[in-house]
Amino acid sequence: MTTAPQAAPAAEPDGRTLALLHADLVERAARDGLLDVAYRVVDSPVGSLLVAAGERGVLRVAFDVQGHDAALQEIAARVSPRVLAGGRRLDPVLRELDEYFAGRRRTFDVPVDLRLLTGFRREVVLSLPDVPYGATASYAQVAAATGRPAAVRAVGTACARNPVPLLLPCHRVVRSDGTPGRYAGGDAAKATLLALERAAAGLDGGAGRA
Amino acid sequence: MTGPFEDVVRVHGPTVLRVCRAMLAGRDADDAWSETFLSALRAWPELPADANVEAWLVTIARRRCLDELRRRARHAVPVEDPALTTGTALVARADEPGARDLDLWRAVAALPAKQRRVVVLHHLGGLPYTDVAALVGGTDAAARRAGADGVATLRRTYGAAVTDEEDAR
Repeated sequence: MTTAPQAAPAAEPDGRTLALLHADLVERAARDGLLDVAYRVVDSPVGSLLVAAGERGVLRVAFDVQGHDAALQEIAARVSPRVLAGGRRLDPVLRELDEYFAGRRRTFDVPVDLRLLTGFRREVVLSLPDVPYGATASYAQVAAATGRPAAVRAVGTACARNPVPLLLPCHRVVRSDGTPGRYAGGDAAKATLLALERAAAGLDGGAGRA
Repeated sequence: MTGPFEDVVRVHGPTVLRVCRAMLAGRDADDAWSETFLSALRAWPELPADANVEAWLVTIARRRCLDELRRRARHAVPVEDPALTTGTALVARADEPGARDLDLWRAVAALPAKQRRVVVLHHLGGLPYTDVAALVGGTDAAARRAGADGVATLRRTYGAAVTDEEDAR
């Protein structure tokens, strides 16, 4: 995973200077407690990802197909418009995502900030890590696990609205007939993630537990 | 304002840098740029949705630059090149010291105050005359006239400087 190039202003004689000034601004904003939201856009095996974090944790992971601009607008409107690209804050989560995509990480340790979600939806996405790496659960099973077995459709909606996919693994929730079902990152992304986890879990099992 | 501040830096960063560089030199201009965006970031959530962001930023930048020029005028410290830090120049030395560019900067610096401000804000800062008028005072038409007069003077003085230089060769 590499950082996507910053959009340098076109036809500007000192775009490099501006990039340096921008980086310095982000650092100073963080020092002064003004960096409410830091984000970066990175490449991954499931397309480019926007990752945004506040001071309390990761607020958002958005797939390209969801629209990075729309995700940023929502964060700016609902969390804070003091949003800047870059900064050190995202280093830990980006490292963990790297490890995850390399098949070397099964759970995420970085804190998430679920303030974009409330009520039952929040409860559902918080329960997602209970579905083990490499396994799947049906929407009905997740509904039952949250104590509301009839809320199958609501579980589907909660998964679709998960603000931090990958970190909270809504991709492990599938249809009762075993087919993957829909995914915010697209059907292909869901298949890629499930295959990645099965392969990594299988390889790990063959080599003995670490 | 409810939009991400990052967009503001991307869109207006170059203009603010032009304004800072028109008023201060080198590191001071860079510092003024950072200070401008830092204080804009602080105030951004409270800025009314219908505000003219560019004019707002240019105002902050000008104030920052003027504060710095005043500060330097008060604490006159000996430096290697006093031309870099005098409290009067509205235009700074060009980054790339090409003789011709320096002549242009000198010619701009020699303009009457209002013309100089209008030329810097409109032609260097990229502000429309309406916004320039809001910053320097007076009507759009007056700003437009001052800009035209300034450019006419530049054509004469800068043209003369270039000719002199070529004659001297």
